[in-house]
Amino acid sequence: MALEINNITKVVQGVTHIKPTTLTLRKGHFNVLLGETGAGKTSLIKMMAGLDPIASGQILMEGEDVTALSTQKRKISLVHQFFVNYPHMTVFENIASPLKVAGMAKSEIADRVAEAADILQLGPMLQRRPHELSGGQQQRCALARAIAKESRAVFLDEPLANLDYKLREELREQLPELFAGRGAVVVYATSEPEEALLLGGETALMVDGSVAQFGTTADIYRAPASLTAASVFSDPPINHAPVTKRGDAMHLGNLSWTASGDAAGLTDGDYVMAVRPHHVLPHTHDGADVSLTGRIGVTELSGSESSAHFSFGDNSWVSLAHGTHPYRIGEDHDFFLDPTTCFYFAPDGARVG
Amino acid sequence: MKTENQKAWFFVAPVLLLVAFNAIIPMMTVVNYSVQETFGDNLFFWEGLTWFEQILRSERFHAALGRQFFFTFMILIIEVPLGIAIALAMPRQGFWVPVCLVLMALPMLIPWNVVGAMWNIFALPDIGLLGYFLNHVLGINYDMTQDPVAAWITIIGMDVWHWTSLVVLLAYAGLVSIPDAYYQAAKIDGASNWSVFRYIQLPKMKNVLTIAILLRFMDSFNIYTEPFVLTGGGPGNSTTLLSIDLVKIALGQFDLGPAAAMSLIYFAITLFVSWLFYTLMTKDDLN
Repeated sequence: MALEINNITKVVQGVTHIKPTTLTLRKGHFNVLLGETGAGKTSLIKMMAGLDPIASGQILMEGEDVTALSTQKRKISLVHQFFVNYPHMTVFENIASPLKVAGMAKSEIADRVAEAADILQLGPMLQRRPHELSGGQQQRCALARAIAKESRAVFLDEPLANLDYKLREELREQLPELFAGRGAVVVYATSEPEEALLLGGETALMVDGSVAQFGTTADIYRAPASLTAASVFSDPPINHAPVTKRGDAMHLGNLSWTASGDAAGLTDGDYVMAVRPHHVLPHTHDGADVSLTGRIGVTELSGSESSAHFSFGDNSWVSLAHGTHPYRIGEDHDFFLDPTTCFYFAPDGARVG
Repeated sequence: MKTENQKAWFFVAPVLLLVAFNAIIPMMTVVNYSVQETFGDNLFFWEGLTWFEQILRSERFHAALGRQFFFTFMILIIEVPLGIAIALAMPRQGFWVPVCLVLMALPMLIPWNVVGAMWNIFALPDIGLLGYFLNHVLGINYDMTQDPVAAWITIIGMDVWHWTSLVVLLAYAGLVSIPDAYYQAAKIDGASNWSVFRYIQLPKMKNVLTIAILLRFMDSFNIYTEPFVLTGGGPGNSTTLLSIDLVKIALGQFDLGPAAAMSLIYFAITLFVSWLFYTLMTKDDLN
């Protein structure tokens, strides 16, 4: 039971927007499409939904070829980033609309709407119109419509992006519960790496209209296959710099350290090293064999964490550490990192260690 | 905070003056005529409500009023659905949009008496393109100068030709304001084309359609120039609409009193029907 796409592409006026993409999205967990704006998440969703034509390839739902099937017949739900509800219908009618179209009996519609409204705490608002609801309630109404309908696939296209912080947290916690045991493949598009990690499941990293890596969300985070994958799945952006391995030593500018772990097995040559910002700390810690001195550019303090952007060599680096740190802009500061937390990539971007 | 200030009156005054001269004062003249009898020489005799009673009891008025309602009903029942259908068929984007819009606007840009004259010549059975074609090519007996049915068909056809564009343009404006997301949501819900029309497009067009129907009602109910030029109210009295009859009484027979009373009744009916329609159409929104 899955949604499979085989080598699907999207071409608009001769320009390829989605390169041949193959994925098998299963139910029972969230399938996250993670990528920056313009990476092709929405395009891919629209193609799977049948709203955008595909230039080539095949789409299968539960083994059935639906490539030629119209959107109306694919039995799917879609929740947009902006809140789409029929403005002249009440919340009840909105949630009921796909059921009514499907020709369901009135009593069953009432039951299903009541159930969906109950889960999303819309019970008291059933007789209101969408414009009489807050943003969060409007999106909950859209979600209720997706839940009430018996769909084979539910597409959630950045459904929380337009909500304020508190609501986003709250709904994000509820989402996996909402769709658990519903028998639909859930596809969730987001541009936030943190959101992907919180939702778990499997993630497809999208870059420039193709999937850079696909697998269990935590695995991809821990073991990115390429520099691109590592960059997409990091917020703030991952630090990277060219390094050279000679013998047992790894050289970064005029710094050098003894290569250990995966890096020990690398042949001599040029590589790109990448390290996540929260592994570059302004204080020594266990295994922090490398220390670099950088000139502080921008600093940000976000509650319990402080980040510092500093320049080291030709590159700009970011450090993200717990607590507050007395950075002074324009001054030099020492940062420490454990080389075993670093990823190493070949010059073409493929991960080597 | 509330400011007590009489300044606002100064801003309203110019408009008030303008309205007084182009509406209130002429209207009061009509009211003046409607309750008096005059034989010229500025000589007036008080008649009370005599003229109103006479008009309301007159067979001739009833007949004209009936024709008027029939005409308005016919053009609304044709122009509104036709206008919506054309608006639905028009492209939403691309090269053809401005072309369609200009083509749609053309009939409305033609002066009313020209439309009447055009259709008169067009429909004449001996020399008109339409009249000649129907009679001599298709062999259909069609003569709007002799046959009341033919006259009615021509007069309604002319109004449909002239004014359907208005409904089209208003409905089109309503349609293009619907975001793509609604169409997508409807597709995902599995809605048929009819459901999309019934539950998305029609409700979105409701406000502009209310305006369109209201405008078409008022315009068609007060129509004068086009049917006057086309048929002159004939053959016989068969296409004598209210306004044509009114002008006959006022300027043909120079019965100023009855004509004034009829004008006021005519005005009251237009106003009442417009109000009734508007209230009914907007009732849902108020609740």
